[in-house]
Amino acid sequence: MIRLRSLIVLALLGWFILSLSDRAASEPYRPTDDAQVLERLTFKSADPVARELAMLRSSVRQNPHSLDSAVQLATRYIEQGRSEGDPRFLGQAQAVLSPWWNEPSPPSAVLLLRATIRQNAHEFDQALTDLDQVVAIQPTNAQAWLSKASILQVQARYDEASRACQRLARLAASHVMLGCLSDIDGVTGQSAKSRELLRQALSKPALSGRERIWIATILAETAARTGAIREAEQYFNDAFMVGIKDQYLLGVYADFLLDQRRYQEVISLLQSETRPDGLLLRLALAEQALDLSSFQTHTAELAARFAAARDRGTIVHVREEARFTLALLHDAKRALPLARANWNVQREPADARILLESALADHNLPAAQPVLDWMKRNRVEDFHLQQLARQLQEARF
Amino acid sequence: MRILFVIAWLLLSVPAWAHKPSDSYLSLSVQNDHVEGQWDIALRDLADAIGLDGDGNGQLTWGEVRNKHDEIVAYALSRLAVSADAHTCATQVQEQLIDHHTDGAYSILRFRSDCGRHIERLMVDYRLLFDTDAQHKGLLRLTQGGQTSTAIFSQESPSQTFSLAKRSRWIESMQFIREGLWHIWLGYDHVLFLLALLLPAVMVRVADRWQAATHLSSVCWNVVGIVTAFTLAHSLTLSLAAFDIVRLPSRLVESSIAASVVLAGIGNLYPTMLSRRWMVAFGFGLIHGFGFAAVLTDLGLPHDSLLLSLVSFNIGVEIGQLAIVAAFLPMAYLIRQSWSYPRLILTGGSLAVVAIALVWFTERAFNLQLFPL
Repeated sequence: MIRLRSLIVLALLGWFILSLSDRAASEPYRPTDDAQVLERLTFKSADPVARELAMLRSSVRQNPHSLDSAVQLATRYIEQGRSEGDPRFLGQAQAVLSPWWNEPSPPSAVLLLRATIRQNAHEFDQALTDLDQVVAIQPTNAQAWLSKASILQVQARYDEASRACQRLARLAASHVMLGCLSDIDGVTGQSAKSRELLRQALSKPALSGRERIWIATILAETAARTGAIREAEQYFNDAFMVGIKDQYLLGVYADFLLDQRRYQEVISLLQSETRPDGLLLRLALAEQALDLSSFQTHTAELAARFAAARDRGTIVHVREEARFTLALLHDAKRALPLARANWNVQREPADARILLESALADHNLPAAQPVLDWMKRNRVEDFHLQQLARQLQEARF
Repeated sequence: MRILFVIAWLLLSVPAWAHKPSDSYLSLSVQNDHVEGQWDIALRDLADAIGLDGDGNGQLTWGEVRNKHDEIVAYALSRLAVSADAHTCATQVQEQLIDHHTDGAYSILRFRSDCGRHIERLMVDYRLLFDTDAQHKGLLRLTQGGQTSTAIFSQESPSQTFSLAKRSRWIESMQFIREGLWHIWLGYDHVLFLLALLLPAVMVRVADRWQAATHLSSVCWNVVGIVTAFTLAHSLTLSLAAFDIVRLPSRLVESSIAASVVLAGIGNLYPTMLSRRWMVAFGFGLIHGFGFAAVLTDLGLPHDSLLLSLVSFNIGVEIGQLAIVAAFLPMAYLIRQSWSYPRLILTGGSLAVVAIALVWFTERAFNLQLFPL
């Protein structure tokens, strides 16, 4: 029999080996170290933005029914939500507007903000109702026309969207209307003329940084859709040169790189962007292509996040979830209904693409029909979509 | 206004947010006359609501959170009301811990709401954060009688009533049998304890050496003795805990269970230490019973069929236990005479048991997470 000492040595050895494995917090625990950092907040208390928000908040607290302070704070929250990528700010904006929120026709400043919050929750029809109310009272409200155009475009109501853009002609700087129009034209196969004008607009020094990113991104996406890779690369570059971090830009550029199998570049681009689901998804796609081990953990993380979103009963990330299910889980049977549900809500080229890809993977031509009809009806100009449509029609299921 | 201009456009195209919207997770498990609850609230939300960042450096440390424990309790409890048939239940927070969900760290409040009467209709009024974040949601998981239901609290539906309707006794009792069965299979500590006790059952000590047992009947009696003693002991403490007669802190119970597995393993290596194995099984079985009781509590005990659920759960545990014996014993009996049994399986197996259980013990006693099991 073994002696007690060697037993202890062996047991300690086993204990040591087992304890080397990763810490995985699966159970609630009581931290032992007071200095342990549990969470990082958006702001330090001395940040100028935090101080500004605190000031606005206190003025709303003193007078919760003052329209001016409420609108100011809610606007600030929405801007902050956009730049931090944090939807909590939208909920906070909504709470600030609560004295007016349930009124059928609140003041137009509230209507505009309510429409923005509603469109973010994908309540497009309600948002459009709000915007229609604004333009009925104030036909010169450029903001309302632009928001309206963007929602109509997402719903693939291109004629109405173009009409809304044209209302901007004398209400805002010329590049705003141009951007509005050419984003639509870029999808519907009439991009050539507006692109030329937009190109000139991009050279204007008066553009703000965000506007420059917006215009350069539209140009890059349109170029990429027609297969003009070098041109697209150039505009993406222009957009990045502005130096303001923009999640949308990162997402579309990552897609552009993925399409060209430039996986290593996707990884360097998104390595530190694991918080936004949409960017983590693209990172995991590149990792999958390169057969990296981090692919497993990132896929598990995404699965947990989609499950958490489903638990709260919101349906905002369906496009990403469909893409995740098809491209990372390789489950076309489950991806297809998601892609169809998503298509019923939003109809942008990315939504069309995931539905075509899911239908192709699931050998289900009828499911793709709505997208094929949409392409035909609007003469959609998109090189990837046309390729997928050909594959679908040639395949005999 | 100009910035918002473009933002309104771009908001549509955010490639999914960097964070989840604000949610809290509320689990309620309905017992006889009270509710055991756990409430997970995001630290970021608490920081917005009551301010947790004492030094204003944008980082929340455990020290800062701990300093605010009283305020967290006061804030949270002022926004949750549990009542049974229009009678308000008195809620008390028992401990505050930390956990991590997909979007960051959460403060975990474990509480107990005493309703002072049998709960037939449970009303939950939830008002957390709605005044500052209109899109906040409370995700409820309600467990009762082994069955789980879910609900979502939002600004539009902050108040919900759950009638704890009568369920089929048969279905309910099957449910508890299944839970008991699963618990013994998935609760590796119980399996390991049992195996540690059974490993030497096919051997006898002759002159300080292990020898293969010669008669099947003696082996069987040995096993029956051990299993019966374990069963009697854990049934006893399980019942005491289920009827709320004895209550022990879970950390103590869980650590002791791990310690019992360590000792059972060491006992095989030093057989003189533990000569009467059935007594060992009985003694430590008492501890394991308290462990089973914790599971039963999590399932939510129906007040009208407490005894039935208790018995069903225990039957499930026994079936699971017998299945383990039935799988182990014939194999062990067949290979008991081989050279490898005393050395590889008995000694090696016991060493492995000791090593694993030591990890559990360290984790549970010192509240560390060393090994993801």
